[in-house]
Amino acid sequence: MKRQLSCIVCPKGCALEIDPDSLAVTGNACPRGEDYARQEAACPMRVLTTALRVRNRENAMVSVKTASPIPREKLTQAMAVLKALPVEAPIAPGQVLLEDLYGARVVATCGVL
Amino acid sequence: MEKHDVVVIGAGPAGLAAAAAAHDAGAKALLLDRESAPGGILRQCIHPGFGLHTLGQELTGPEYGAHYAREAENRGIPFYRDTTVIDLSPERLVTVQSPEGLRQIQAGAVVLAMGCRERSRGALGIPGSRPAGVYTAGTAQKLINRMGCLPGKRAVILGSGDIGLIMARRMTLEGAKVEAVCEIMPYPGGLTRNIVQCLEDFGIPLYLSTTVEEIHGKERVEGVTLAGVDGQRRPIAATRRYVECDTLLLSVGLIPENELSRQAGVPLDSITGGPLVDEACQTRVPGIFACGNVLQVHDLVDYVTQEGERAGRAAAAFALGKIRRKQTLPVEPGAGIRYVVPQSLTPGEEGVLSFRPSKPCGAVVYRVRAGEQVLRQVRRPRAVPGEMERIPLSRELTAHIREPIRVEMEVVV
Repeated sequence: MKRQLSCIVCPKGCALEIDPDSLAVTGNACPRGEDYARQEAACPMRVLTTALRVRNRENAMVSVKTASPIPREKLTQAMAVLKALPVEAPIAPGQVLLEDLYGARVVATCGVL
Repeated sequence: MEKHDVVVIGAGPAGLAAAAAAHDAGAKALLLDRESAPGGILRQCIHPGFGLHTLGQELTGPEYGAHYAREAENRGIPFYRDTTVIDLSPERLVTVQSPEGLRQIQAGAVVLAMGCRERSRGALGIPGSRPAGVYTAGTAQKLINRMGCLPGKRAVILGSGDIGLIMARRMTLEGAKVEAVCEIMPYPGGLTRNIVQCLEDFGIPLYLSTTVEEIHGKERVEGVTLAGVDGQRRPIAATRRYVECDTLLLSVGLIPENELSRQAGVPLDSITGGPLVDEACQTRVPGIFACGNVLQVHDLVDYVTQEGERAGRAAAAFALGKIRRKQTLPVEPGAGIRYVVPQSLTPGEEGVLSFRPSKPCGAVVYRVRAGEQVLRQVRRPRAVPGEMERIPLSRELTAHIREPIRVEMEVVV
């Protein structure tokens, strides 16, 4: 039984089909769709973005992302880890705030002076 | 009086691109924004998905905005922050309220890049009292991402546009329970990728052909009544159901913010809500250009940047006396098409036609015609109103046309 997926790699949103046995992928307009379908069938991965309070600045938030995708099933736990992460300014855009969150670095996506 | 070749109103993605392009075309540009930093709405769009087309990488909103803010800064383009334009005349006299007080700037050309604002509860006329807890999705986004406040713990979201979907995920990640996303139309408004990664990933139900019929609660929202709708979008009484919640987020459409354009006498398109423009983004008022969400609401920022660059280049050419108005031909939506931007095109000039289908269809062919002559046709595996289509027309293609241009859609059977 083939599994139907909607590709989320780009806004095009190709309708994909993957055969769970042969891992053959159809419906993809580019090679990234094939990679996505295989990954999605094995272990769905997502980039996590959120915003963290900056402890030493009044009313300041810093937006952050995982520099690479993390397992989808870990998103909730990852949020809890990030919430507890003490973050202090100054922060430069791209600065690494955590080395390893379920296999990914956490970096700032904006700067805070 | 202070004078600049090109004055760009709004330093979001459209304005930043316009200013840089105007500078590169040899004009002295000035950027104005009522906020204290450039970037516009991107500053609160902390999710990824920006820049795949223009930068070849997937960035978050703040990163995408910072990239183009740096481009403007590296060119030495002056940026007046905390500066609100309060009047614009057809002669391009710009009156601003700034930290230094009220002043006037004479522009050789003006680029309108003010973006859009959200439709609010008032525009929907949902019955019920006026409790706290009803927010537009963008306001909730600002509260969570820039101010660190979660606006509620149990939410219903009305409208399945991209912002509504993004906020369903954001609220969930922050610990709120999103009971449902309701969409009055029989199809979702946002991109498929957002249905998958914002709703399906978190098991949030999407109810199509469903609306919020009533908001309950006096001091604070206590619940909403959902109802299915018929083909005329009228609620069906038998399908009413009560959902307990403390928050209702509205993601029910964006309205180009054209108050200034109206003051300058710029005629607007009744469908897009943005100015009527030619292929160079010039409005019907010579020397006033428009780009980005003030011109037409976009789904992808990459295309906003490209439109901004087009407007900026053309505005520079106007300010430097390099373009003359020539006779244009009307561009009109034909069968199956809701609108087309630009609404006019100069024969012999290149342009990009942006348009949306009126309703979702399977495989279609879009045809661009000038009278009986077919200029271009493209096939698409499907047509979705939530996804803007774009067809470029080259100089060679437009050189010899004499009849109005029409975009039409044909369903492939």
